[in-house]
Amino acid sequence: MQAPVGQRYGRPVSEPEPATEALRIATEARDRARFEEEALGLADQVYRVARRLVGSREEAEDLVQETYARAFRSWRSYSQGTNMRAWLLRILTNLNVDRGRRIQRTPQMQALEETDYYLANKMASAAGEAALDQDVVVERLSQDSVVNALSEIQPQFREVVVLVDIGDFTYADAAQILDIPIGTVMSRLHRGRRALKQKLAEEAIT
Amino acid sequence: MSGDPCARCEELLQDFLDRTLTNEEWREAEDHLAGCDYCRRRYHFEETLRRYVKTTAVERMPPGLMAKLEELRGLDATA
Repeated sequence: MQAPVGQRYGRPVSEPEPATEALRIATEARDRARFEEEALGLADQVYRVARRLVGSREEAEDLVQETYARAFRSWRSYSQGTNMRAWLLRILTNLNVDRGRRIQRTPQMQALEETDYYLANKMASAAGEAALDQDVVVERLSQDSVVNALSEIQPQFREVVVLVDIGDFTYADAAQILDIPIGTVMSRLHRGRRALKQKLAEEAIT
Repeated sequence: MSGDPCARCEELLQDFLDRTLTNEEWREAEDHLAGCDYCRRRYHFEETLRRYVKTTAVERMPPGLMAKLEELRGLDATA
C-alpha cells in the first residue's frame, strides 16, 4: 500500500517544497505556451469566418487581431479540453457586435423573402429545366456575386450562415458562440440561406 | 399529405440536406423525390449551391497576419 501523498516524500502536505513556486510558474508558462500554439493553429479558420462577417480584408485582419489579443489576455478563462475554435469565435462575434454598434450602420430593410426553390426556378427559366441537373449551372454565379450576396444579408442572419455553412460549426456550437437557443440558430439559418438565394437571384441573373 | 406535394417537399429541403428531419419526414421527402424530377433537380441544385458557396466564400488568411498574431503572444491580462 502506498503512503498518503503528503508523507510520500517524507514531509507533510502543508509544508511546500521550496521548488513548488518555481514549478508552478514553469507549469503555467508551459500551459500558456500550449494554449497559444493551439489558438494560433486555428487562425486560418478564425479568419475565414471573420472575413465573411465584415466588409473588407483590413477589417477582418483587425477583428482577428483584436480577438487574439483578448484571447491571449484571458487565456485562463478557457477550459482545457473544450472547443477552442468555438471559444475564439465567441470572442470574435462579441467584438464584431461591439464594432457594429460603434459604426452604427443603418440597418437595411430586408425585402420579403422568397422560398427555397426561388433561385433554382430563376436559373431554370434562364438556362432550361434540364440544366439544373448539371453542376455548371451554379458556376454561372461568379465568386464576386456569392461574396456580395453574403455581405448583403442582414447581420443576424449572416453570422449564422457564415458560422454553419462556411465555418462548419454545428448548430450547437453556433448557439453557444452567439449565445442564442438552437431553435433560433435554425430559424435564422433557414431565413439566411433563403435571403442569400434571393440576393444571388437579384445579382447574378438579369 | 395534403396540399401541394412539391411545396411540402420544398419546405423539407433545408432540413433534408442538414439531416435534421424526423424519420417520418425523411420518408415523406424520399417518397416524393423518387417520383418528382422537378423537386429532385432542385434538391440537387441546393446541394451543389451549398458546396459552391462554401468554396467560393472561403478566403485564406493574408500572409502577414500570422506574424502579427505571433507578436501578441504573452500579452498580460493587465496590459
